Amino acid sequence: MTVLAIRGGHLIDPSAGVDAPRDILLKDGRVAEIASPGKLKLPEGAEVLDATGLMVAPGLVDIHVHLREPGQGYKETIATGTAAAAAGGFTSVAAMPNTTPVNDTPEITRWMQSPERHASARVFPIAAATRASKGEVLNDYAALKSAGAVAVTDDGHPILKDSVMREVLAAAARVGLSVIQHAEDTRMTQGASMNLGPVSFRLGLRGMPPEAESNLVERDIRLITELRESRAHLHVAHTSTAAALAAVRQARRSGLRVTCEVAPHHFLLTEEHVGLYNTNAKMNPPLRSAADRDAMIEGILDGVVDAIATDHAPHATHEKEVEFEHAPNGITGLETALGLSLRWLHREWKMPLGRVLSLLSAQPAALLNLKGRGTLAVGSFADVVVFDPKAEWTYRATESKSKAKNTPFDGWTMLGKVRWTVSEGRVVYNAAQSEERVWIDAPPVGRELI
Amino acid sequence: MNPAATSVRRQLNPPPVPASPFPYNPGSLLSVMDLSVESVSRLLARTTALENEDPLVRDRILAKRRIALLFYESSTRTRTSFELAAKSLGADTTLVSSLSSSIEKGESLKDTGLTLRALGAEAIILRHSSSGAAWLLEAETRLPVINAGDGMHEHPTQALLDLRTILAHLRPGTAPVNAETLAGVTVSIVGDILHSRVARSNMLLLPRLGARVLLCGPKELLPELAAQAGPGIAIERDFEAAVRQSQAIMMLRIQAERLAGLQLDLEEYKTSYQLTGQRLAALAPTAIVMHPGPIIRGLEITAGVADGVQSTILEQITNGVAIRMAVVERALLAARQGGRA
Repeated sequence: MTVLAIRGGHLIDPSAGVDAPRDILLKDGRVAEIASPGKLKLPEGAEVLDATGLMVAPGLVDIHVHLREPGQGYKETIATGTAAAAAGGFTSVAAMPNTTPVNDTPEITRWMQSPERHASARVFPIAAATRASKGEVLNDYAALKSAGAVAVTDDGHPILKDSVMREVLAAAARVGLSVIQHAEDTRMTQGASMNLGPVSFRLGLRGMPPEAESNLVERDIRLITELRESRAHLHVAHTSTAAALAAVRQARRSGLRVTCEVAPHHFLLTEEHVGLYNTNAKMNPPLRSAADRDAMIEGILDGVVDAIATDHAPHATHEKEVEFEHAPNGITGLETALGLSLRWLHREWKMPLGRVLSLLSAQPAALLNLKGRGTLAVGSFADVVVFDPKAEWTYRATESKSKAKNTPFDGWTMLGKVRWTVSEGRVVYNAAQSEERVWIDAPPVGRELI
Repeated sequence: MNPAATSVRRQLNPPPVPASPFPYNPGSLLSVMDLSVESVSRLLARTTALENEDPLVRDRILAKRRIALLFYESSTRTRTSFELAAKSLGADTTLVSSLSSSIEKGESLKDTGLTLRALGAEAIILRHSSSGAAWLLEAETRLPVINAGDGMHEHPTQALLDLRTILAHLRPGTAPVNAETLAGVTVSIVGDILHSRVARSNMLLLPRLGARVLLCGPKELLPELAAQAGPGIAIERDFEAAVRQSQAIMMLRIQAERLAGLQLDLEEYKTSYQLTGQRLAALAPTAIVMHPGPIIRGLEITAGVADGVQSTILEQITNGVAIRMAVVERALLAARQGGRA
């Protein structure tokens, strides 16, 4: 394993409270040393990245992505999805189980982490909570966890039955796994393709009421309250409504282990961005009202939101070039999360840079107990993003590393340009040679730090 | 909540909604919102001119131009009327319907559109069961696309022919029209508003000429938020109160095919919302009674009212052919004239 030094940059590591010029030495896939500028003793043969004028931060962590493998490689592969992750500054991604077949076994969980997938970022599989995500029979959580699963969820197929959800929460708590719920009472969203409101009426589209989300969040919080003793952890995926966020806020005040994430599109866009049937503005949960969007911004600024997660959901171009109601849900997000967060949360809404980065690294890592990730403390994984915080640039979907181009942010101005992304000590993205594909060839590492 | 959050709430300056790129083609008619009031006025004037034109002269306006009618839903009035309109301008028309084409084999709307363009179609008239289909077709083909009804969304030529019918009765001889032409006129649209593209196009068009639109129907078929669709729209749940205020009453069919599991008590519906001769005589003896068809006699409207002297149902159909001549002509000549007509 090579030795890599990053010198001359400004280190910002919110988890360690560092916000100062520092040089950093990465060795054997770990952070070996942090030193004042110029104080690093370079071993022979060390590769040096000159980060003068740049920010050096923990590699970003996205706890909600769809990498489409196994089974849907025409949309995305683990290789292409993690290449997009690396380009966006992400070094850890948690992959949802709605693959073909559904990831409900240790075998698939291991397959996804195999070096043969040629991943450019570390993949943490999230396993299905129930067999084939049908919401009936629980999977073997202990076996899934030892295969590397970091949480369980039925993602796009929310668990509606109270009894099953209670069992899932309790069983996951016994083995120390988090339960992630895509909160949508699907009985209220049949045939719907956007948020229910004046816009859906005007466009003649059936709408998803905000209550479909908040009702299920409230139901889950009720269940977790009953299970208080078990220390079960409920994580609300892609929160999009003010009511759901209020329920999370309330649950937290009562000391429950309830966390939530918000996607960039939900703190930036509203149902108006659907425009005239733009299928790249179609996702689930849908873009909501301006009041909901504003509540997401407030929740991020005041700290009730634990993480920014992209819900990166690649689809083939031909799948999106159809009638709006027939288009699949989802947009890509790995390459735009940092640039949008810096442009809007930091510059526009004055959130300190360290807090923005924390929402994109330390907090999501802690939330799923990804030890040694989202931090640059000595001994943690050598996952680093080096970016120019002042660079403004225009995102072009056609230049995406992802197989998919389905984004509503094509042509948007981003703030903060990734120069290098380092995953476990290896440069997996270099803006100067961005055509090159580099992947991590080491086998997956155990969850515990050695 | 910390003070920073409160102060931020006041300053939120979120990303703007980008301007719509539609219509790509100046000849397209996707929505009534594509037309300014002046354009509406020009179209109405052109309609009258074309109607009065010598058929042999008219026949040369679009001689040998190719127009495709792409119909994914069954239709009597709209299809025939577009076809007659295009033919009376001399155009060649071809009909592609979902049941006798490669659409059955799974061809996408995009591919069907590109195929028609490659076959030489210069404009496409589209009827489709999905809201927004006309926008997709226009974006993919960049041809002039005329929306002949997209799902529950819009049916702009129906609104134009309804407007012409209303003007003929309530403002005869008025030309050109402007934003005040229908000031003081109340038009009630009654019944299944939720699923109606006719209702949406009319409620977006008529207020821009000064009319007040009253929407009337039960909650299941008329959500409260319909009133927010645009200016000049209000909800009146009481059918008789709506009729009493109206100079034009537009009755709609219940769209059983779009109810999606919604249970509706038809007897109760008739009691509350059927337009009967008795109600009409008592509450609106001089109003016109409109219906976009197909009518279900004995449900939303009695046979007596449908066939009665206040009914304009057949006149609407005749106006449809005339309006569509002007719309089809605009589709093919707008680009040449180099502007949005």
